[in-house]
Amino acid sequence: MKVLEYPFDNLYILRNKKSIKKELLQRGGFIKKRIAILSGSTIGDIKNILELFLLNHGIKPEFYVGQFNRFYEEAVFENVELERFNPEIIYIHTSNRNISVFPDVGDDVNACNNKLMQVYRYFENVWKSIQEKHKCIIIQNNFELLPYRVLGNADIYLDYGMNYFIQKLNEKFYEYARTNSNFFINDINYLSSWVGLEKWSDASYWHLYKYSLNMEYIPILCHNIANIIKSILGKNKKALILDLDNTLWGGVIGDDGVENIRLGYESPEGSAFLEFQKYIKKLGDIGVLLNICSKNEPEAAEAGFSHPSSVLNKSDFICFKANWDEKYVNVSEIVKELNIMSDSVIFIDDNPVERDSVRRFIPSIAVPELRNPENYINILDKSGYFEVTTLSEDDIKRAKNYKDNQARELFKTQFSDYSEYLQSLNMKCTVSGFQSKLIPRITQLINKTNQFNLTTKRYTQSEVEELLQDNSYITLCADLQDKFGDNGIVTAIIGKINGEILAIELWVMSCRVFKRNLEYAMFDEIVGICQKRNIRKLIGLYRPSGKNSLVKDFYKNLGFLLSYESDNECKWEYSVPKHYQNKNKVIEVFYGE
Amino acid sequence: MVNRSEIMNKVAQIFRDVFDDKELVVNDNTCANDIDDWDSIEHINLVLAIEKEFSIKFDMNEIARLKSVGEIVRAIELKLQ
Repeated sequence: MKVLEYPFDNLYILRNKKSIKKELLQRGGFIKKRIAILSGSTIGDIKNILELFLLNHGIKPEFYVGQFNRFYEEAVFENVELERFNPEIIYIHTSNRNISVFPDVGDDVNACNNKLMQVYRYFENVWKSIQEKHKCIIIQNNFELLPYRVLGNADIYLDYGMNYFIQKLNEKFYEYARTNSNFFINDINYLSSWVGLEKWSDASYWHLYKYSLNMEYIPILCHNIANIIKSILGKNKKALILDLDNTLWGGVIGDDGVENIRLGYESPEGSAFLEFQKYIKKLGDIGVLLNICSKNEPEAAEAGFSHPSSVLNKSDFICFKANWDEKYVNVSEIVKELNIMSDSVIFIDDNPVERDSVRRFIPSIAVPELRNPENYINILDKSGYFEVTTLSEDDIKRAKNYKDNQARELFKTQFSDYSEYLQSLNMKCTVSGFQSKLIPRITQLINKTNQFNLTTKRYTQSEVEELLQDNSYITLCADLQDKFGDNGIVTAIIGKINGEILAIELWVMSCRVFKRNLEYAMFDEIVGICQKRNIRKLIGLYRPSGKNSLVKDFYKNLGFLLSYESDNECKWEYSVPKHYQNKNKVIEVFYGE
Repeated sequence: MVNRSEIMNKVAQIFRDVFDDKELVVNDNTCANDIDDWDSIEHINLVLAIEKEFSIKFDMNEIARLKSVGEIVRAIELKLQ
């Protein structure tokens, strides 16, 4: 919804939150999440505004709101109500108001350290209790700096400086975040400096209402929290489609020629475009798929990247569309070629007419309002489209994977027979049960996959980890390699054993390996396991999600029989035969530990 | 110089937005008891919306006195004088 997209109007959101909520609720297809907010200061509207941003991401929260400043007690001591609520996410809303002790002027290093550990342990206790009792995701505010500096500038470096103490405490929090996969920092230290500490920490809100921040900035706080949550739930954007003229450089290359476009430190405008290019390049590094859509002659468009100041190369892009077709046509083609959903794509264009047209024809696509080149980074960055909560090896290699796929496509054109093409790819896969080191990638795969996903059941990392200990579950995953490259882990299956029955609760496969027969190789494995473990019957569920119609008939095609059908579920059954002939004939299968 | 009825109109509009009720009518005597949703959270929200609408800032003591629509309008008048 436009009013919730950056740059949003804080005051408008606060004033109209009820009508905004009403409008958002008219949409369907929400994922429900139980979110507990534990309080270090007033929660009040933080709950209401967080709800808006989550609804906007398709997440419908059910809230538990903790009592005022009882975050420690509610987490550490017995708390029947919270246990009954069974939170999936706990957000701990604390601030520097919750630091119980600071160093005194003159304290030596030891005394300062003792106080640091005293405060840190207090918080660590909270997290450890939560991880033990609720095994859920924790989102924890770090600390904003104080609005005053008793020691002046020395407050930030002397051992007993209060602001120095806050920085050290934050460091300890980050250390915990780096080593605990279900723990995320909500960086209010950054938000408060971005907004301005003077405004953010307006003390009247504390003295009057015990809000730890100026309530005007509650939307900024909640937007940030919602970005973390949607990212954990696999709702990050995946691809950027960029215009060229006046988006990646100043001027019109077709008219001005490559030597006259503005790019580089020679002009203020060129300098802004150069910085934007650097930022885009960094997005590529974290796995965002970069694409071009420009109304230009292809030669002219490509020439721009040979400009001596260009940071981006043509090879940084997966799809490169330079022609005179309508942009929405090109955008649709790119979405199709990348094989992703249009709601995970962002269209970047300086021209409001083009933006409007793309928005009208493809409503689900994100089209941020750009103003001046010096603000492009800000708009893209603050929107939080690509919030990193896990960064797997797979993310870093994503662009290469797509490039490999393009090479495959080209190679495919040499064959008239598809199975011959598959044979010639020399595919190999390694199958194993879930292993600890693969868990981040498997969790990511489970939560991001929409199309080849039979049940669209989502799991947190700790839920996946628990499966490893549970003998009543069978887990399977596999990577896929071929002559063009390694796709990494691309498929996962979770099945629950109940006597002689195995119910497949989850089966996902990445879109980048569709039509490679990997699903058959996996089915062969399942049947093999069933035979070994005397499982006689397989149950496969299909739950339509609006995005997974691709696999509607998947079980039918494998030879399952329909046993039950309703609007939101089809149940398929398969009797495991004594003699079974493998369906996969094109992939060589290896076994991991 | 803004007159009282202009202030009242703007305040009434803020109430209608915050409580999402297009039909809502307020007068000088309207107070928290008269509007179901007018709790402490919404009170803070109302004060902020009013401050921003009129580009004014109440100090803490003034805010403590804002109990009815009439008191709110009077406080705005004083600030704008």
